[in-house]
Amino acid sequence: MSIDRRSIFFDLTRANVLARGCVQPDAGRCVQCGICSHNCPLGLDVRAYAWRGIPITDSQCLTCGQCVARCPRGVLEFVPLRPES
Amino acid sequence: MATHYVIVGSGVAGVTAAEVLRSRAPDAQVTMISAEAAGFYSRPGLAYYLSGRVPERQLLLRSPANLRDLGVRWVQMRVNEIDVTNRRIKLADGQKIPYDRLLLATGSRAMPSDLPGSELEGVCYLDTLDDARNLVQRARRAKAAVVVGGGITALELAEGLHARGVHVHYLLRSDRYWANLLDTEESRLVEDRLRADGISIHYQTRIRQALGSRGKLEAIETEAGERIACQILAVAIGTRPQIDLARNAGIKVDRGILTDTTMVTSIPDILAAGDVAQAYNPILGQATLDTLWPTARNHGYAAAHTMLGDPQPYQRHVAMNVTLLAGIPTTIIGAVGSGSDADLVAIARGDSETWRHAHANWVVVERHDVNRIRLMLGERSISGAVVMGDQSLSHTIQRLIRTQADISPIRATLMQESHAVPKLLADFAASLEHLHGNHAPH
Ligand SMILES: Cc1cc2nc3c(=O)[nH]c(=O)nc-3n(C[C@H](O)[C@H](O)[C@H](O)COP(=O)(O)OP(=O)(O)OC[C@H]3O[C@@H](n4cnc5c(N)ncnc54)[C@H](O)[C@@H]3O)c2cc1C
Ligand code: SF4
Ligand code: SF4
Repeated sequence: MSIDRRSIFFDLTRANVLARGCVQPDAGRCVQCGICSHNCPLGLDVRAYAWRGIPITDSQCLTCGQCVARCPRGVLEFVPLRPES
Repeated sequence: MATHYVIVGSGVAGVTAAEVLRSRAPDAQVTMISAEAAGFYSRPGLAYYLSGRVPERQLLLRSPANLRDLGVRWVQMRVNEIDVTNRRIKLADGQKIPYDRLLLATGSRAMPSDLPGSELEGVCYLDTLDDARNLVQRARRAKAAVVVGGGITALELAEGLHARGVHVHYLLRSDRYWANLLDTEESRLVEDRLRADGISIHYQTRIRQALGSRGKLEAIETEAGERIACQILAVAIGTRPQIDLARNAGIKVDRGILTDTTMVTSIPDILAAGDVAQAYNPILGQATLDTLWPTARNHGYAAAHTMLGDPQPYQRHVAMNVTLLAGIPTTIIGAVGSGSDADLVAIARGDSETWRHAHANWVVVERHDVNRIRLMLGERSISGAVVMGDQSLSHTIQRLIRTQADISPIRATLMQESHAVPKLLADFAASLEHLHGNHAPH
């Protein structure tokens, strides 16, 4: 049931996807529940990035937003890639 | 000889410390002793496993084999005793392990129910992986469950069992949910959601006893004499730091193990971190307990540095939790509540004692349907907030509270035009960032 509710947030998040962005975790909010990794269509271990607080720069990432939308704690955000990276 | 660091407990505090020690002192010996067969797993994730949002294997973070690969010696055993004089610990099997520096990261456990009938099969808690497995199994056969207690865990139990097809009765001793943290309207929002999902809430209801036959739970009887048939009685009345080991060794304890800001206990070679540590909080001038994952992680980090002889005092950030309350995303930051809650006998899971120090001069509320922002305003800064529903401002507010930003320029408007709170805050935060040229997100 709460999954349906979250799909509203999901749509909003999708609308905010930046053309050239990546997923940035806030390690201080993450409780390592694994919902992000479980929902990544490519099986990327998003949670491991969140543990270290580093952006998901894996070239396979589709920036599809599944992990961002499903995380129950608002850990993940899309941020624009810095010009130098 | 290489320094021998010994860590008791394989939760987030212990594992964080082990990772720091391993990377900063490659030559040292690091031993982790834990009673937990599964190694390190996500305890908050247990609630999502119960509700079916993640499979069990997703919760497992570092197996004993992973920890060994990291270069940590893993011993799965209960520690029974600390011999402070000879600097060694004694395990349940009689084995003795010497240490140079010892970290106690033994966490906290659910308070057991003291109701008559608590020993019946079917009385459950949500504390460990085994508890969660047990609940999932029982839910397959159970028709009805009674949930008692408060805080986040009681809701997670109610919702998790409901999601597994069990009819849930949530019994509240008080007349609203989490009264010492949420305001009346926030409690109602949560209760309305639970009811809409099909959970029965019983207010001002206390259990007299749990009833069963042949050792198995069959019903509970309330003090008013009502009987509710149930095969599960899930209890979440608070938690208790596991301090026995420390107390028996003569280490100073209060509700938790007392430490200074570098996580050192009353005995210099022994440190404590995580749920079990009651660390001195210089801002409040007293030692407080948290039952928060991020706090435990920060404790573990600070403790490891102290053990390495490079103390970096535990930085007390403003305590914060982001969680789903009956499916409503909710962020709790800083001091927002006060008083006590009849449904909890001790600190709940995912809770902080610092949240109960609210003494704001003004409370401003902006609400729209289920989206709601409650700000606790001090003279010059925001001292706490509860953000429910739309979370787009929660990072901004967290930042304003953490940095104790001077909000005088917008304070009067905030109080007069509560409907404009979101825009005022967003614009104000943006202007501050512009002013300081600070684009760091946190
Ligand atoms: C259902 C649930 C929901 C939660 N929700 C949230 C939330 O929303 N937000 C949040 O921030 N936090 C939440 N928490 C709390 C969070 O999980 C804890 O704060 C955190 O796990 C504490 O970590 P720790 O390392 O201090 O202790 P623990 O993870 O409890 O680890 C303690 C370890 O010590 C071992 N141990 C204890 N005594 C001995 C002994 N004598 N000998 C050997 N080993 C011993 C145990 O086996 C265990 O491995 C939740 C917890 C639960 C259970
Ligand atoms: S879903 Fe969110 S809280 Fe859970 S592991 Fe992923 S980032 Fe962390
Ligand atoms: S944005 Fe999509 S592809 Fe990228 S890590 Fe998240 S879920 Fe996986």
